[in-house]
Amino acid sequence: MAKLSKPAKIYLALVFFVLYAPIFYLIFYSFNSGGTMSGFEDFTWEHYAAVFNDTRLLIIVLNTVIVALLSALISTAIGVLGAIGIIFLRNRKMRNAVLSLNTVLIVSPDVIIGASFLILFTMVGVKLGFASVLVSHIAFSIPIVVIMVLPKLQEMSSSLIDAATDLGASQRDILTRVIIPYIKPGIFAGFFLALTYSLDDFAVTFFVTGNGFATLSVEIYSMARAGITLTINALSALIFVVTLGLVLGYYFFNQRSGANAGTGGTRP
Amino acid sequence: MINRSSRPWYLAPYYIWIVLFVIAPIALVVYFSFLDLAGDFTLENYANFFSSTYFRMTLSSFWYAFLITFISVLIAYPTAYWLTKTKHKQLWLLLIIIPSWINLLLKAYAFIGIFGLYGPANQLIQFFGAGPLQILFTDFSFVFVAVYIFIPFMVLPIFNSLDKINPALIDASRDLGASQWTTFRRVIFPLAINGVKSGVQAVFIPALSLFVITRLIAGNKVITLGTAIEQQFLVTQNWGMGSTIAVFLILFMIIIMLLTGPKEKGGALNGKTK
Repeated sequence: MAKLSKPAKIYLALVFFVLYAPIFYLIFYSFNSGGTMSGFEDFTWEHYAAVFNDTRLLIIVLNTVIVALLSALISTAIGVLGAIGIIFLRNRKMRNAVLSLNTVLIVSPDVIIGASFLILFTMVGVKLGFASVLVSHIAFSIPIVVIMVLPKLQEMSSSLIDAATDLGASQRDILTRVIIPYIKPGIFAGFFLALTYSLDDFAVTFFVTGNGFATLSVEIYSMARAGITLTINALSALIFVVTLGLVLGYYFFNQRSGANAGTGGTRP
Repeated sequence: MINRSSRPWYLAPYYIWIVLFVIAPIALVVYFSFLDLAGDFTLENYANFFSSTYFRMTLSSFWYAFLITFISVLIAYPTAYWLTKTKHKQLWLLLIIIPSWINLLLKAYAFIGIFGLYGPANQLIQFFGAGPLQILFTDFSFVFVAVYIFIPFMVLPIFNSLDKINPALIDASRDLGASQWTTFRRVIFPLAINGVKSGVQAVFIPALSLFVITRLIAGNKVITLGTAIEQQFLVTQNWGMGSTIAVFLILFMIIIMLLTGPKEKGGALNGKTK
């Protein structure tokens, strides 16, 4: 392995600096007692206090977490069953058709998902709010779960199922005691991704949320449009720490369990 | 294999999902694109789309998306290349990816401060003797922030395909007398072209449909297709026109996907492409 030349090192350092500077800039000014993001006056926790004293904001955080957990759980359940269904489709054409339909929502821009779901909910008569947001999040998370679970199913040898059948296992037993334990890493990866997609989503939620309901992203958007408030900085520092914890936790969990989905793709 | 013939019950929710949330929404968008404000059938939206206003908007949206994608490749390629040569490359790659997990809005918000009239960017400019500039709400700030946001999505697929290249091929090329540049141009670049393609795919389409950054960073200076759709749906309430633009955005998306070929497995998916 060739050692990195000096210009290469400087270049990489620069890229890392530019990538992280804005994030640390935000966090740095969350401790500023002055009201702006320029000119640091004094160190203060007051903006963090403001976050924890704002009941409305806390309710929004709670909403966001509830939507994320529920949508991740439900989409994982539907996605896992869907992936198992796709694997057992014998007809090749049919399987490819289902797989293409599965990727539609992954590749579609958020605006289109949001706009089309808005039309859908209005036509069906669903009131915009918690229900429409939750259903949308479930809908756009399902294909990701399927994608994360499919490779695990593909690598599972069918003789495992044959053996279970020969030993007299019922269909239900095969599902719960052979297939699901085998694909568990894929299920966790799917669940985790669904969780982060939901937490991270702004555009789709922005379209399908009514007046009375907001998730954190939507709230931050309206706060940011109104101008700079250091409450957002404090909030983003908290979000950064939580995100970092989640990602690193997931990374090391994956490293330990030997699966490498989620960070770098498959290695040769 | 279980179930050669009967369709098991547990597939029902997944198929219902496909019908309700994949097929129905697309069909509805197409249907609405033929409706005017009163809900009657019309082709006016399509005529409008080819009128000069929308045509110019589409062109400028493409131009910005092209610019953003191009600059992203320029910055991401050397990054990915040198990352594959580092010692703990997976860890470094993870560090590149982490910013992509931070909510887009927060990153955009950070730049409102950085590019502000009294922000660090202007302080730097003043340090070099120029007066404070209006950086926010210009197309420069839009392109800069967009590139900033998309860099990880470009680095990841390029890194993956560079990392897969068998080092023996590079050694062979050197042994046969190729210079470093020739090795790169004739061996490394062609072998890793798929990574660039999936990176382009992961950046170009979202760049066409961005609307958060245009609103927060570019003021109303830049209107992308995504901004136009959001405008029509949520501000003007003209769902017909909004749907028409959406139909074209879908068409462009399909064309771009056909041009950039099949998505590489595990490429852009591992990061987030939203």
